[in-house]
Parts: sequence; C-alpha cells; structure tokens
Amino acid sequence: MSAVETAPSYVSRVPARTGFPQLLHAEWTKFRTVRAWVTTTLVATLVLIGLSWFAANGSHAGFCSGPPPGSCHGEPPLPVGPDGEAVVDTYFFVHQPLTGDGSITARVTALTGRISTEGNAVRAGTNPFTESRPGLAEWAKAGLLLRPSLRTGSQYAAVLATGSHGVRMQSDYVHDTAGLAGAVSATSPRWLRLTRVGDVITGADSADGVHWTTVTTARLHDLPSTVQVGLFVTSPAQPRGFAADGEPTYATGHFDNVAVSAAGASGSAWVGGDLGGGPSYRTFARGSFQQAAGGFTVSGSGDIAPAVRGAGAGGQPAAAGLVGAFAALIVVAVLGALFMTSEYRRGLLRTTFAATPRRGRVLAAKALVLGAVTFVGGVVGAVIATAVSRRVLLANGNALFPMSGLTEARVAIGLGAVVAVTAVLALAVAAITRRSTDAVVAVIVTTVVPYILSMTLSGSVGTWLLRLTPAAGFAVEESLTRYHQVANSYSAVNGYYPLSPLAGFAVLCAWTLLALVVARRLLRRRDA
Amino acid sequence: MRRALHAEWTKLRTVPAPAGLALAVVVLTVGVGALVAATVHAGGGGQQDPVHLGLMGLDAGQAAAAALGVLVMAGEYANGMVRTTLVAIPRRLVVLASKATLLTGIVAVAATVGVLASLLAARLLLPGGGFTAAHGFALVSLGHSTTLRAAVGSVLYLVLIGWLGLGVAAAVRDTAAATGTVLGVLYLFPMLSAAVSDPHWHRHLDQISPMTGGQLITATTDLPSLSLTPWQGLGVLAAWALGALIVGGAVLKLRDA
Repeated sequence: MSAVETAPSYVSRVPARTGFPQLLHAEWTKFRTVRAWVTTTLVATLVLIGLSWFAANGSHAGFCSGPPPGSCHGEPPLPVGPDGEAVVDTYFFVHQPLTGDGSITARVTALTGRISTEGNAVRAGTNPFTESRPGLAEWAKAGLLLRPSLRTGSQYAAVLATGSHGVRMQSDYVHDTAGLAGAVSATSPRWLRLTRVGDVITGADSADGVHWTTVTTARLHDLPSTVQVGLFVTSPAQPRGFAADGEPTYATGHFDNVAVSAAGASGSAWVGGDLGGGPSYRTFARGSFQQAAGGFTVSGSGDIAPAVRGAGAGGQPAAAGLVGAFAALIVVAVLGALFMTSEYRRGLLRTTFAATPRRGRVLAAKALVLGAVTFVGGVVGAVIATAVSRRVLLANGNALFPMSGLTEARVAIGLGAVVAVTAVLALAVAAITRRSTDAVVAVIVTTVVPYILSMTLSGSVGTWLLRLTPAAGFAVEESLTRYHQVANSYSAVNGYYPLSPLAGFAVLCAWTLLALVVARRLLRRRDA
Repeated sequence: MRRALHAEWTKLRTVPAPAGLALAVVVLTVGVGALVAATVHAGGGGQQDPVHLGLMGLDAGQAAAAALGVLVMAGEYANGMVRTTLVAIPRRLVVLASKATLLTGIVAVAATVGVLASLLAARLLLPGGGFTAAHGFALVSLGHSTTLRAAVGSVLYLVLIGWLGLGVAAAVRDTAAATGTVLGVLYLFPMLSAAVSDPHWHRHLDQISPMTGGQLITATTDLPSLSLTPWQGLGVLAAWALGALIVGGAVLKLRDA
C-alpha cells in the first residue's frame, strides 16, 4: 500500500510518461517485441481459417441416381423468395386462372395426415403409407392460394387452415397472421375466402359461411391481370427431438362449397399437380386430388414457408468458421493468460507498477492492447475463413443459405469481437489466479465445454448453458433466421442460438467485465 | 526411485495448486454430471444413455486433470525448479516416471471420488427426468457389469488425460502453451466432428479423437452403433497419452533443461 500512497509525488515529477496513451504504447511495445506472442496471434488467425477449411472440406452434399456408380450431382440451390430469403415452395395445387379482380371461396371440412416412420429418408421402392403412422403436422396446411405464376419462389397470398394453429393468412413466405383458432373438423368446418382487388389480396374466414371476418390483407407487387387461384395442401417435415433432420409428413384436406367469382372470364377446368418438388426438401409422397360432387379431396407434402435449417431441409449457413473460432479461442486464451502471467514470472510487473503506480490503468491498457490485436486477427481470420469455406462448400455440392453483405460483416466482426473479449477474459482471470494454467482451464471450461454439452443434451439445459455462460457469445455466429410459423429444432447444432447475437455477446462481455473488476481490486490490494 | 517419489510428493503437497486442481477434478466432474442428470428428459432426443449422461461431467473434469498433469511437469520450468530437480536426480526418465506415478495416484483418488459421486447423483436425479423402469431405463447401479466397466473406465480415462497433460508439458515446457495444446487436442475433435457432414469423416474423426474415443468407455446402451467398442475407445486415448509421454520423455532426455 505504501507504494501506492507515495506514488503521486513520482507521477508529478514525470507526468509525460504516465499518461494513458504512454501506457498503451508501453504495453504495445511489450506485446510486439515478444516474438512468441506475435506468432501466437498469427497462429490464432491461421487455425481459424484452417479448421474452417477442414470442416467445409469434409462436408459433401448431393444426390445420386441409378445404381452406383450412378450420375451424381450437388444439391440444387435453395429456392429464393421475393425478398431474397431462402424458401420452401413445395405443395399440391388444384388451380385455375383468374383474370382481373375476383375471389375464391371454399369450406374446409377435414384435415388429416400421416407421419413417416422411416426417419429422414423415405427410401425408394417402399410404400410410404405402410411405413407411417397417423398424425397431423402442427403446420400442415390446407387452404386457398393465389399467385401470379407457378414458378417456385414467386409471390403469393394464401388463407389456410393448419394442423394445430387455427386459420392463418400467409403471404410471400415470411408473413403470417392468425385468424380463427381451433382445429378443422366436420362439426367445426372453416370457411375461407381470398379476394383480389388490384394488387391487394384480402383473406377472410368464417365459421358458418355467413359471418365473415377479415384476417388481414397482403399487397403483392406488379400482379399481372391473370393469376392462378385454387386449393392447396401441403405438410412440412416435423422435427424429431433436436436431431438435425425430421420426419416427412403428408396431409389430406377436404374442401366443399368451392366457388370462384371473377369480373373477367372464369369457369375454366381445375388442373392439379405437385409443384416445386425437388430433392432439397424432405417430402413424404406425391400429392393427388379427387373432384367429386361433394367437393375436392386434396393431398400433399412439403411446405410453403421460409426455409430453415433442420427438420425439412439441409443446406449450410454461408457464414462458416465457428469450429475455427473455437480453435482460435483456445489459442488466444493461452495468449491472454501469458500476457498477464509473464509479468509475474519475470518480475516485470514490479517495474511496470513502479513506472505506473495506477494499477487499474495498467490492467486497462493491457486489456486494450490485447483486445485490439486479437480483434484484428479474429476479423481477418473470419473474413478469409468464410470466403474459403463458401468456395469449398459450393464445390462440394452444398446448397448455401443466402446471406446479405451486412450479415456477413456482422458475423465476421462478431467472431473477431468474441475472440478478442475471450482473450481479455483470460487476461483478467490470469490476473486473479496469477497462474496461466488455471486461467486457460477456466476460460476453456466456461466457453467451449458449455457449447459441447449443449450439442449432446436434450431439454432446456443446453439452451440455458448458451444463455448464462460465456459460451453465449457464440450467438454472434447466427446467420439464419428463425420463424414461429415453421416447426423446427432451433438448436445450436442447426445454427440457431437461444440469444440474439447482441445479447449473447453482451453476456460474454458481462463475464469479462466482472473478471476485470475483480482483477483490478486484487491487483490494487495484493503485493505485486 | 523411492527417493525420487518422495521428493516429488513433497514438492506437490507443499504448494496449494495441485490440491486445488485435484479438488477441481472432483467438483467439475460431479457438478456438471449432476447438472446434466437433474435436467435431461427421457425421450427428448439427444444422448439417452443414463450412465453416459451421469458421467458427462468428464467433459469438464478432464480439463482439471489435464491441467494437473501439465502443472506437475511444466510448473518446474516456470520457476526454474527443474534444474534443481535434475541436479538431485540426474536420471531424467526416473523423474518423469516418478511424476507420472504420483500423478496417477492423485488423479485416481480424485477421479474415483468424482465418478462414484456422479453415478450416485445420476441414480438419485435421473428418475426425476423420466429415466424410470416404466420407460425402459434401469436404475443406475454398479451392480450392472457395464456400469462397473464405465466407472472403472472413467477413472482410467481421467488418469490417461493426466498423462497426456504430463507428456505434452514435458515436450512443450510452458504451462499455458501446454494446457492450451492438451485442451485443444481434447475439445477440437468433437467440434470438428460436428462440423463435417460426411458420415465417414465423422466416424474417422470420432475414432481418432482422444475425448470422443476415450469417453466411449462410459457407454452402456446401443453398443453396436458406436464407432469403436468401449475398450478400443479407451485404447485410442491411451495411445495418445503414451505417445505424448514418449515424445515428452525424449525431449526431456535430449534437451537442456
């Protein structure tokens, strides 16, 4: 303590050398003149890139037809919706053209389904119906659909009954509004109506066909005068636990009181067909329809919704580099611990504190220098890793989720920031424990281990680990969007984190700040 | 050798760090194991083997065992003690052997406490998550030969992890770098295995991974689906540990201290 109390007189004698910029400069000089530390920073960047490349290199995707060696090709690109997001657009559609303004009305009296028991892959040559059990996917859909063209990924508006989420009005894949609640049955049928006026589509529902309620309206852009309207049924793959894939499902809807009223010509025949099918979405079987005096029975499998990674479809997030970031994290944990403990080991700390008696400032300067260096290394590594792994993944036939430049920048900066803050965490823990081994173990056990546990555990413990521990910071890697209207296991394995990128990063920062505060207290109290 | 052992024992018991890390082996193994056992649900997907779930604390406890191995060796390089040690006992491999022997004893004691307490926690807590006879799960008990094998194997697992730390530390010499290297080798294989999507890559990575392979010793259900048998898996870790000790021993013998 006496050293601290006599300090001001020393500071007043040599003020120019003890300002914070000088302190930063001193720490920077220490860092850059130890060759091992500069090398270690480079190693962190290189392992980030190298392991990301390795992971991409070991990930092939694609399909082969015919007996081996059949002709093989990569996954087709994921269909893209009107706003550039990846979508699923696979359904059975019984349609006819509608010219000009008009409406279509129908009553849904039944919606039933089957769930495959063959797991994620319905094998060729087996009868999917015998290899399945009765059951309706929660987001199975039967309803009315209007779209300008049958092209996959085109705009649309639909009003529909679902397996267990009542009536919904959905449009352009991502928009979803709730209507009447409750399941469809013969005793409680659902009346649905889509009305087109210009570019505005109104969805309405009714329990009795007399009293109608507007669910919402959707505006489609540059709608041609003739559009396709009709009945559609589809049923998405449902998640199995938190496994990376799901079970294909199949749904059958019964419609009656089908009526199309149009200002222009109408009365064409109904045409039915499976639309948008492809190998990239797990479907159950081809759909079908029957038209009888009592109405229509339509069956289908697939989904019209934004694409998510997991239950229904594979595809890789374009932002790679997480596994590389783990490796970089271990390297910078060592670096951060050494940057602190080597001062103790060589007795340099006494010189440092003699030069700058304000010990908290020394800690801050060390943290800033270490954080800045590792941040630059991390961002550079993440940018290169993403570019490299994207090339390799595409060459290996993987379909990639589209990613905006903004998201890409956010992920790279985020990974760099996580690497930097973790290095500072190691520095702070090392200042507390004074032993680099303990600091490295503490940092790795609290960041890497929770993530590994969350990959193998069911239930809520995995998600809580990713909320409360420093491992929450990995949320910065999330580049995919989750949707409430798509059932999926939104787990870290599939690229979805329980916290938003910013909140997850804030948790990591909070732990680091706590460690810094404790370290500052101890540095000031203890002898150096 | 007896005097060397006694010297090593004196060095270890007179500083607080080794006892702290031995305690950390117990606390981390039991704490994480109990946390897992208290929160998993039967049938919720993911890992469903009750014994393996109860012993998942090994994921965390192994870090302390590895650090203990590192500290026993590299700690001496940090303060220059190693030169005194080698002057007193010039036969360097005897030094390494006596360190390994002591480390084995300490880790084995800590691991036995940790593993038995973890299995007790699993026995008490897992039925609360639906791991009951009604769902086809037997109560965790050392009376089952597979569970006994898992328990004994888990103690060996932690001992081998300690050896891995010792061997790497003898080769690398710096405590932080050695700890980072060992933990990197342990934790990066499962991460990489999760990141690649090709099944054969996946399998091969699991087969050479000291952590994934070694922890197969805790598996008691669905054994045919494993990439290796439980003892083969522990053999993978043993190969890593012995490899590290051989390299570490060679470096210790050949290089200046």
